[in-house]
This record gives sequence, C-alpha cells and structure tokens, in this order.
Amino acid sequence: MPAFLNPELGLIFWQLVIFLLVLFLLGKFAWRPILLSLKEREDTIDNALRMADQAKIEMQQLKAGNEKLLADARHERDRMMQEATVMANQHRDAEKARATEEANRIIAQAREAIQQEKNAALAEVKNTAAQLSVDIAERVLRRELSDPAAQTQLVDAYLKDVKLN
Amino acid sequence: MKRLLSILLCFVSLSVFANEPATEAANEQGFNPGEMILEHIGDSHEWHLATLGEGEHASHISLPLPIIAYQPNKGLSMFSGSQLAHGHSHNGLKLEEDKLVAEDGSKVYDFSITKNTASLLFSAALMLIVFTAVARGYKKNHGRAPSGLQSFFEPVIIFIRDEIAKKNIGPKYERYMPYLLTAFFFIWFNNLLGLMPGAANLSGNIAVTLVLAVMTLVITLASSNKNYWAHIFATPGVPKPLLPIMIVVEFLGIFTKPFSLMIRLFANITAGHIVVLSFISLVFIFKSWAVAPVTLAFGLFINILELLVAILQAFIFTLLTAMYIGGAVEEHHDADHQIGGGDGADQAHVPAHAH
Repeated sequence: MPAFLNPELGLIFWQLVIFLLVLFLLGKFAWRPILLSLKEREDTIDNALRMADQAKIEMQQLKAGNEKLLADARHERDRMMQEATVMANQHRDAEKARATEEANRIIAQAREAIQQEKNAALAEVKNTAAQLSVDIAERVLRRELSDPAAQTQLVDAYLKDVKLN
Repeated sequence: MKRLLSILLCFVSLSVFANEPATEAANEQGFNPGEMILEHIGDSHEWHLATLGEGEHASHISLPLPIIAYQPNKGLSMFSGSQLAHGHSHNGLKLEEDKLVAEDGSKVYDFSITKNTASLLFSAALMLIVFTAVARGYKKNHGRAPSGLQSFFEPVIIFIRDEIAKKNIGPKYERYMPYLLTAFFFIWFNNLLGLMPGAANLSGNIAVTLVLAVMTLVITLASSNKNYWAHIFATPGVPKPLLPIMIVVEFLGIFTKPFSLMIRLFANITAGHIVVLSFISLVFIFKSWAVAPVTLAFGLFINILELLVAILQAFIFTLLTAMYIGGAVEEHHDADHQIGGGDGADQAHVPAHAH
C-alpha cells in the first residue's frame, strides 16, 4: 500500500485536536455571533415588512374612513340644504298665505266700512231729503200759495238752493 | 476528466517507451515523475521549498519542522527536524525514507509537526483570524448592511444555513450549524491552500478526511433517534424474509456513508494534485520547451478546474453530512429514499476523476 493511502497516527491526532479546537473557538467567537446577527437582522427586516404592510392597511382603513366621513358630511350638507330649502319654501308660502289673508281681511274690512259709510250716507240723504221735503212743505204752506205755477216755481227755486253733495 | 486522464496516460506511457533505451541516462538525471508526485502529495518531516542544482551537487532549501516523538520506554522527546537532516540521528531517532524510527528498532509514536500539521495549524489560524474578523463586522455594522470580508462570506454562510442545513436537517438544524460551517470552510480553505505552489496536500490526506468522516459518523450516531434505528433494524415496507439481508445492508450503510465521505474528499483532491503535477512533469519527461505551451494550457485548465472542485468538494461533504444528520434526527419516515438511496444520488455530484 502506498504511503499516501496510509493514515498517519500523528496527523490523525493533530487533525482531531486542532479541528475540535477550531470548531470550539469558531463556534463560540464566530458562528454564534454571526448566526445570531443574521437571525436578528432577518427578524428586523421581517418585522419592518410586516409593520409596513400593517401601516399600509391602516392607511387604507384611514383613507376609507376619511372618505366615509367626507361622504357623510356631503350627505349631511345636502340634507341640510334640502331641509333649509323646504323650510324656506314653507316659510315663504306661509308668509304669502298670511299676507294674502291679511290683505283679504283688510279689503273685507274696507268694503264693510265703505258699505257702512254708504249706508250712513244714504240714511243721511234720506233724512236730509225728508227734512228738505218737510222744510219745503212748511214754506209752501206758509206762503199759502194758490197758484200751482208759482208753487212749482218755488219748489224749483228751493231745490236749486239745496245742493246735494 | 476520464478522457483527459487517458490522454495523460498515453503521454506518460509513450514517454516511458521512448525513454526505455536510455533508462540509465534518465536515472542519472534523477528525475522520476512518480516519485516527485508522490512526494508532493504525501507528508514530510520538512517543508521542502526548492532544489538548487542537480544530482550530486543538488542543495535543498527546506524549512525544518519540529519532531515530537513518544517512545514507550523513553517518553516524550521534542527537537528540531534539522537535527535529523542527511540521515543523522538524534536522541536514538532517525528518519528512514521520511519515516521516524528508533535506531534500536523499538516502537515510536510520531506526533511531529509535519508539513501537513504545519499547514493545518496555519489554516486553523487563518480561519480563526478570518471568521473572528467577520464576526467583528457584525458587531461593527450592527443594524447596517454588511461590508468587506463580512459581505463576501455572508452569502456562503446563509447558503449553508438555508440550502444545506435547513433543507436536509429540518427544524433542529441550529445545533449542527457550527460543525457544518467549520467543516465546509475547513475543507474549502485547505483545498485552496493546497493549490498554492509548495503547499501541503492537507485536505487530500487520508488521515484528515478520516477524522472529518469519523466526526460526521459520531455526530450522526449521537443525534440518532428511535426512527433512525427502526429504519435500520426494521426497514419499513420490506417483506419479513428479506429483513436479515436488509439489516446487514442498512447496518453496513452506517459505516459506508462516512467511508465514502473520507474516500471522496481524499481521492478528489489528491487526484487533482496528481493531474496538475503530471502536466508539469511532462516538460521534464520530454526534455523539451516545445511541450511547455500544451503543458501550461492543460495545467492551467486543470488548476482552474481544481478551484471549482475545491468549493464543490467542500459543498458535497457538508451537504452529505447534513443529509446523514437529517436522516438520524428525522421524525417521520415519509421519504425513504433520503436515507437508503442517498448514496446513489450523491454520485451524480462527484466529478468523474473521483472514481
């Protein structure tokens, strides 16, 4: 068997001792901190990504909320506008109705007053006419007029004096 | 790869035939490609850097390495390898064909810092420096984007965690991450270091792959649950008369899986080194500058391929380890092929020159 196929005891010993020593030292001072750092970094990245996703979702929720709020506000404004319009219309109609009624009332009152005045005037005319008639008759009687022509003339003259106003 | 190897073999055999009449002359020149390659892929008690001169006048430039030996009768001894150079003996020990032996023939346990052990220490130090720097990056850039070394290794670490550990082991993957990461980077770093000129062939050394495979086996067995053993000793869906055969097959499977891990890494890396060195050797075999462009082109091609193989083999070793652990900790066996058929599927990943 060639020498290179024959494992030497010395090298087996040194390989075992040195490899185990390297394994121990690297395990303690290199692999442990390296693997821990890698894991930590990966966790950090994972967390950051997850948080970014969450933030995105939250943003979307916020945006949706804002939009809902905005839509609500718009809806509310529309509703209020409509209400205001309705109320204004109602108010205007009521006012109009009230004004018409008032006007009608005033007109009716005026008519009534006119009617009363008219009646009063007519009554006065009747009274005056009666008075005049009585007066005329009195004067006619007093002058004892025999002549009918003179009587008519006299009545006309009296009538001319009486101005019917 | 197989075709390339056969072309290479043709070249080598041709040159052998061509040189046959002049074998003695070749011996005088002192270049033996097989010996050179075996020396390069093997271990050594010195770190050979270069040879100046030829034949008798050659002077070797090499780094002496510490010798550590344990002898049952003498105890532990430790001295510089330079004391044993040129066949000298020290403290009753000498090197015979780079093998440490006692002069009196007694038993010697060799724990020397060989070329491979030195390379192992270097790569271990490099890994500690690199990955503690990466870890510091995480502290410094806490909560910020990675930078520098950190950003180079982070995708690899995440790949191992997500694609290898999580997918094959399941929710309990975290316990096994240190081993998977250390094994992956250890194999990758050493595969790359092995490709450097003058470097040791550490990850292509069977002792190293043996230790790695045994660790995978121990971790697999230590984390095995009831289902794992039930699958071995009472394989679901198998008729009763076949069970004795299945038990033997499945039981052997416990050991053949890590064994394949050991052989796969060793063979891939060693074969890669052999192929690169063989192409380089062609220049010396043909003794002609004319083959240099071909040699260089092929050598470069294989070397670049080896860069790919370096990470591929680290990936395969880690992936299979994760699959074996995954099979041991799995709670419900709804995917039987994950354990039984695992090895068949694995082989698709392995480059042809592994076999």
